[in-house]
Amino acid sequence: MTKSELIARLAELNPHLYQRDVERIVTTIFDEIAAALGRGDRVELRGFGAFSVKRRDARVGRNPRTGTSVAVAAKAVPFFRTGKQLRERLNA
Amino acid sequence: MADRTITRAQLSEAVYQEVGLSRNESADLLETVLGEIASALTRGESVKISSFGSFSVRSKGQRIGRNPKTGEEVPILPRKVLVFRPSQFLKARVNDDLAKASGAKQPS
Repeated sequence: MTKSELIARLAELNPHLYQRDVERIVTTIFDEIAAALGRGDRVELRGFGAFSVKRRDARVGRNPRTGTSVAVAAKAVPFFRTGKQLRERLNA
Repeated sequence: MADRTITRAQLSEAVYQEVGLSRNESADLLETVLGEIASALTRGESVKISSFGSFSVRSKGQRIGRNPKTGEEVPILPRKVLVFRPSQFLKARVNDDLAKASGAKQPS
């Protein structure tokens, strides 16, 4: 399923809404999650999962082809942990 | 930087502010979005949200685990796990935002 298929499905379930509004709803949800992660906040959606940001320290990496050392800067990585209920549903 | 936890309440409030629906309907729509994603994943489909990331289901085979307390060997049954891969855009956005916040500390 892609974002546009999700929007189409939502529009189908909510025939009283404008397609344009359905698009804005979906965009807003993912935008809010992204903005929260950008602030370093956690997003917890019980039963679904939680988004958080993991910090990776700066390290010395190696170019695997040449073996030369390269400095890798500290960075933040978005992380998702599946919620208990969804995990159980996947294995039901 | 705040390190707060955002929940359904704040997300549906954002939907409410953005689109002129009632608070109740905004909350219902958020729930439907999460529900549809979960259903697609349960069907074994992957879900790709452009400029955000993709969720996919990976099947894991059986392996031998160990009870760390007793050292006893126990089989870990085959299972399905959900993996989220953030898009390049989301990774860049999170890094840029956090870099900006630490560069110019705003009064909280």
